[in-house]
Amino acid sequence: MDSRRTSRVIDPKIRKVGFFTVGPAPDRTQSGPAAASSPPASNNSLSPVMIPPPRHASDNLSRAVAAQLGRRFLPPAADHVTVGSYNPPDSILGSSPVSTRIGDGEFSEDSANWIRRTGSGKLGSSLPSGGFDLSAAKADLMARKGLGVSRDEKDGEVQLQSSSKSVKEKPTKAERRALQEAQRAAKAAAKGSNADGTKPVAVSGEATSLHEQMGKTVKHPTPKKEGPLATSSEKKGGDRLTEKDRKKDVPPPRMQFDDKSRVEKAKRRAVVKQTEARNRVELFRHLPQYERGNQLPDLESKFFQLDPMHPAVYKVGLRYIAGDIVGGNARCISMLQAFQEAIKDCTTPPEKAFARDLTAKINAFVSFLIECRPLSISMGNAIRFLKARIAKLSLSLSESEAKASLGSDIDRFINEKIILADKVIVGHAVTKIREGDVLLTYGSSALVEMILLHAHENGKKFRVVVVDSRPKLEGQALLRRLVGKGLTCTYTHINAVSYIMHEVTRVLLGAASVLSNGTVYSRVGTACVAMVAHAFHVPVLVIQMPYLSYDVTPSDYVSMIITDYGMVTPAAGNRSPLR
Amino acid sequence: MDFQVVVLAGGTSKELVPLVSKEVPKALLPVANRPVLSYVVELLEQSNLKDIIVVVEGEEAALLVGGWISGAYVDRLHVEVAAVPEDVGTADALRAIAHHLTANDILVVSGDLICDIPPGAVAAAHRRHDAAVTAMLCSAPVSGQPDSGSSGAKDKARKPGRFNTIGLDSTKQFLLHITAGTEVEKDIRVQKSILCAAGQMEIRADLMDAHLYAFNRAVLQEVLDQKQTFQSIKLDVLPYLVRTQLSSELLFSGVRAEDHGNDTTTQNDKVMLSQLLSNTSMPSFYEFYASGSNGSTPLPRKTHKCCAYIASKGKYCARVNSIQSFCDINRDGHDPLARTHPFIEMSSICQVIGDASYLSGYSFSTHNNIIHPSAALGSKTTVGPQCMLGEGSQMGDKCSVKRSVIGRHCRIGSNVKVVNSVVMNHVTVGDGCSIQGSVLCSNVQLQDRVVLKDCQVGAGFVVTTGSEYKGDILARKEKQ
Repeated sequence: MDSRRTSRVIDPKIRKVGFFTVGPAPDRTQSGPAAASSPPASNNSLSPVMIPPPRHASDNLSRAVAAQLGRRFLPPAADHVTVGSYNPPDSILGSSPVSTRIGDGEFSEDSANWIRRTGSGKLGSSLPSGGFDLSAAKADLMARKGLGVSRDEKDGEVQLQSSSKSVKEKPTKAERRALQEAQRAAKAAAKGSNADGTKPVAVSGEATSLHEQMGKTVKHPTPKKEGPLATSSEKKGGDRLTEKDRKKDVPPPRMQFDDKSRVEKAKRRAVVKQTEARNRVELFRHLPQYERGNQLPDLESKFFQLDPMHPAVYKVGLRYIAGDIVGGNARCISMLQAFQEAIKDCTTPPEKAFARDLTAKINAFVSFLIECRPLSISMGNAIRFLKARIAKLSLSLSESEAKASLGSDIDRFINEKIILADKVIVGHAVTKIREGDVLLTYGSSALVEMILLHAHENGKKFRVVVVDSRPKLEGQALLRRLVGKGLTCTYTHINAVSYIMHEVTRVLLGAASVLSNGTVYSRVGTACVAMVAHAFHVPVLVIQMPYLSYDVTPSDYVSMIITDYGMVTPAAGNRSPLR
Repeated sequence: MDFQVVVLAGGTSKELVPLVSKEVPKALLPVANRPVLSYVVELLEQSNLKDIIVVVEGEEAALLVGGWISGAYVDRLHVEVAAVPEDVGTADALRAIAHHLTANDILVVSGDLICDIPPGAVAAAHRRHDAAVTAMLCSAPVSGQPDSGSSGAKDKARKPGRFNTIGLDSTKQFLLHITAGTEVEKDIRVQKSILCAAGQMEIRADLMDAHLYAFNRAVLQEVLDQKQTFQSIKLDVLPYLVRTQLSSELLFSGVRAEDHGNDTTTQNDKVMLSQLLSNTSMPSFYEFYASGSNGSTPLPRKTHKCCAYIASKGKYCARVNSIQSFCDINRDGHDPLARTHPFIEMSSICQVIGDASYLSGYSFSTHNNIIHPSAALGSKTTVGPQCMLGEGSQMGDKCSVKRSVIGRHCRIGSNVKVVNSVVMNHVTVGDGCSIQGSVLCSNVQLQDRVVLKDCQVGAGFVVTTGSEYKGDILARKEKQ
């Protein structure tokens, strides 16, 4: 496996919010050193554990480099910049650097706890709509975060930018474009806000970070392929490559839905018509807010109008919308299978190159699927894998050979990345289940279910508490299957989780992904369960699996993460998987 | 999208005599001054379905229909008109053209359907579930004419028509039971196994099978091959598929699609893959049933899915022959509805004008009626709302037209009352006539002072001066 592929993982792009404590948690069964709260340094080591790590790692790296470059303003815990809301300057809470500490089992939903982590706020300018289209406040925040300077130092920033520019001789095309993009974004951001002072900061923030990335790529022997920037700086005149890379970056990061022009543009392109919610929540303006339930009839009625769509892909999209296929793994597998079929059936017109035509087609499919439902992390990885394979197809292959090889590639991906990984995870996790345990699980995670069943087959005696939540009550299906297999189960809803928790000896949670600082990204409600467990001193085991995600659970509440690479404690800075 | 469309346009339906004749096959029967078939064809065209196979009964009818289609759609659509012998069932008609069917799924539409439900929706529901068959159900029309004061006591006494008895599962996506309208008076027999598997069944009598089906081609052809006695889609094929959905004898099922899996994947991996796929998605009762109560069944039971697409209430859907498909050979001649069908037919014509004017493609004037600019009205002649007056028609003085359709180039004398009626093209009506609840086909001549009530007058018939008819069918003797 090439390093490029692994390094190109979707940034979850969390602009999110969770609850956190500063410093190590008071009681944790396998807690790591207190260093957890200062990850920039610890994150330097590329740990094999993280599914999306390399990007974050490199981001952090760039930040670390920034520190090395002599930025004396870097605050001690630059990673945890606390913000109160999306508009920090306006918020009293946001301006307070101190976050609430959580006491024993008591957590407040105070907005002061809202946290933005480095891993989440993406700095790299490699992604087209990345962090640029945010509000000025965010750009400002990024500048502060990434460079460790406050807004007051903007003059210094600008100076630095110009000096670094003069040092650099002739920037490559890609650099110029990135710069342009940054400026454009900054302009847009400035338009959005009436604070004039933010503009230069934003520009400088972007630009400086950009140049630092350049510097970094030169400095570090290990190549960081994190986008057109890095690649192009390695290869002079690599414009073509850059273009390709940029295309490969589909799916783009989540669109910010408070950016009107982009939303308009997306709407014009959209296949699936969405009705905007009538009463939108201001706080979540950047997220899509649509009325539910009318996409399906709309898409259905367009069945015959979508000519270029392959029926298999269409079917998968339809089933995403209808909720027939849920769960990251299932969605990923069905998507890959649909692509497999589409590749088999696709015919390339003689005047076009097969690989290029296919990439365009896959792009169309992917954007259709995104409209149906945003991709899960694993799906993004799978798409990237597929595109890399397409790009690497040798030209000497005939079309049928190429199709066959892609088909087997997809099969292999499913086998290695999903099935085999799941098996390994199950194997690891089963060792963690002891005789007489009471295991709590939340929602319905396919992996957790497999683990439970496997442990049951191994003859272990334990009890399961299935915690469920509205609206879909997926837990009921899980409960039915578990009871069918003869496990002893208790079923409850999430509002009773604190009631049931005192019986529980272990919490097993599914996760979409684990960020480089150990934060778990999973379905909504997970954080709540984890915090209650934490309050009751119950160890939380996170089964890391590419699931669709909504919620961010800070690492402080997670005792152990079980991945296909082994088991790790998130708080240990993910330095060593405990094999 | 790998779909093929077959329109069953029928031939010269006996049920619609005297409205249809050798010259005017059912498909070309004017509804709101447009052939019935045009509604279906244009619905399909809107859905970007441009390759259509139209099956017509009888060579002559096929020629007529083909001629009309090539004239009307030559530049836009690719329509193939296939002729099948007269008086064959819908299933036979499909058998006859089976060699034309190559796509994965087949959309079968009755040619007399007038609706605005996108066929894509049915196709999408079909695809979504990988169904063997998907039937479109729409709410059954309110029987008879709501305001048919003139159409006789016979109609009033009639009970609300029931067209189908339909059993649905709790998600309203799957068809568990279906009986056609003619069988509704008998006891309903529901299969125990289906009921057990689905847990609960909702029996609906207010839904009507709209004769728009999506079939998996393999399933359809297999059933047609195996069961040579099946003649009607509605009465034989669909109930058969619904009946056997949990004990499928068809070779087809989803299994075939998965068989091409890589050899390197071990059986274990496959099991795990399917488990991953199935456990995270919401299973329908089919999956529960197929895997046994707790997955203990060693061999998954074979099932095929029968889906239903229920059109939302706001959509318009009516069939011109609202009894049954004209070429369902098993139709029950004793159906109480059979005698009165022209009224139903007429009411649906009027409804098309009233409710679904946008389907007919006309725009209403301020008086809520459609009068062609070239039509000439005499003095003191009134044309009421929901009426239609075709191109080049002339009306004398003091006429009154209510809830009626008058075709092209009609000449209507003075002092004529037309209520609740359909007057087709080139009809001549003398002075002082009164036409109520009747249908006058093309080229009919009514001489002066004719009184018609609830009559159907066949094409070219001449009604002599001063005659009065009530509830009669007037037609020329067919010259053999």
